[in-house]
Amino acid sequence: MSLLNGWTRNRNGMREQEALDRMADGGLLDQPLDETLGQALVDFKLSVHAWSEAELGRPRMLAQGVRQRSWRLAASVALGLTLVAGGVSGGVYERHQRHESARIAAEARAAEQQRLVAAEKARQDEEDLLAKVDSDVSRETPSAMEPLAQLMAEDEVQK
Amino acid sequence: MASSTALEAMTMGTAAELAAQEFTCVVERHRPQIFRFLLASTRDVDLAETLTQECFLKAHRNWGSFRGESTAMTWLMRIAINLQKDHWRNRRMQFWRQTRTNSVDLDEASEWLPSGERSAEQKLLAKEQVKRVWQSVKGLSERQRTVFLLRFVEEQELSEIALATGLSEGTVKAHLSRALGRVRAELGGKR
Repeated sequence: MSLLNGWTRNRNGMREQEALDRMADGGLLDQPLDETLGQALVDFKLSVHAWSEAELGRPRMLAQGVRQRSWRLAASVALGLTLVAGGVSGGVYERHQRHESARIAAEARAAEQQRLVAAEKARQDEEDLLAKVDSDVSRETPSAMEPLAQLMAEDEVQK
Repeated sequence: MASSTALEAMTMGTAAELAAQEFTCVVERHRPQIFRFLLASTRDVDLAETLTQECFLKAHRNWGSFRGESTAMTWLMRIAINLQKDHWRNRRMQFWRQTRTNSVDLDEASEWLPSGERSAEQKLLAKEQVKRVWQSVKGLSERQRTVFLLRFVEEQELSEIALATGLSEGTVKAHLSRALGRVRAELGGKR
């Protein structure tokens, strides 16, 4: 019943066309099965059979395998948790930093505003003071000084 | 009355023993084939072993409902295919359960060739061809891979494959044709 026995036997010089005919009869192939493909399929089959037999014959270390998997799983969970914790704390720290920066900037803006207001107030005070001085200085000449004032005026007229 | 009850109990006991013996025979006869199919499908020895055990456990639980409409091998293969499907589906959903696959790489899978009467050059060539077939099989869809392996590794008839996979024979042929086309292209393209 073997599909590929024809190819296997072909190695020993027997019935090489059998496998091709059977496959073609099955209506499987649009193209005839060439020698390379047939041989590759035979080798593939033999390879899988050999591998499987070897593994079946090998004593299994199930406990160790399970333990290894458990360790791997535990390690991967721990790594995942660490990554998540790192990501979350990083995000929180970033957010905190952003808030802190915003707070400092707001404080700086308020201080600048206060400084400007104070400067404006000082300027205003100074202007008021100067205006007051001007008004004080430009008071009417006292009566005792009136003749001198007249002289000054005449001098200016003569010139 | 008492004797008939005892007789019934004895008959039932004998039937159960017979069924157990029969199932043991089935396991011994078909375990290598089921394991081989699962190993070729997954390229993971531990997983293939686990799924093989699950397959026979499931078969044991349902052995009473097996009516012999198909061969025991076909019935077991159907269970194995479904287990494999479930495994991949669960794995997709719960990808975190296992951080990496235990599948062996294609080089390692291609190492296995029986030591026949071949020259070193022939062995190298055969190994290279087997690696290319593995490469193609890896790229096949799940159904195509299943059908391909059942046909060319397990050498099952189309009707058996159809029964085991639950597909029609026409669909099996179509999958097989596409799978074979890919293998042919892989072998031809890199020749």
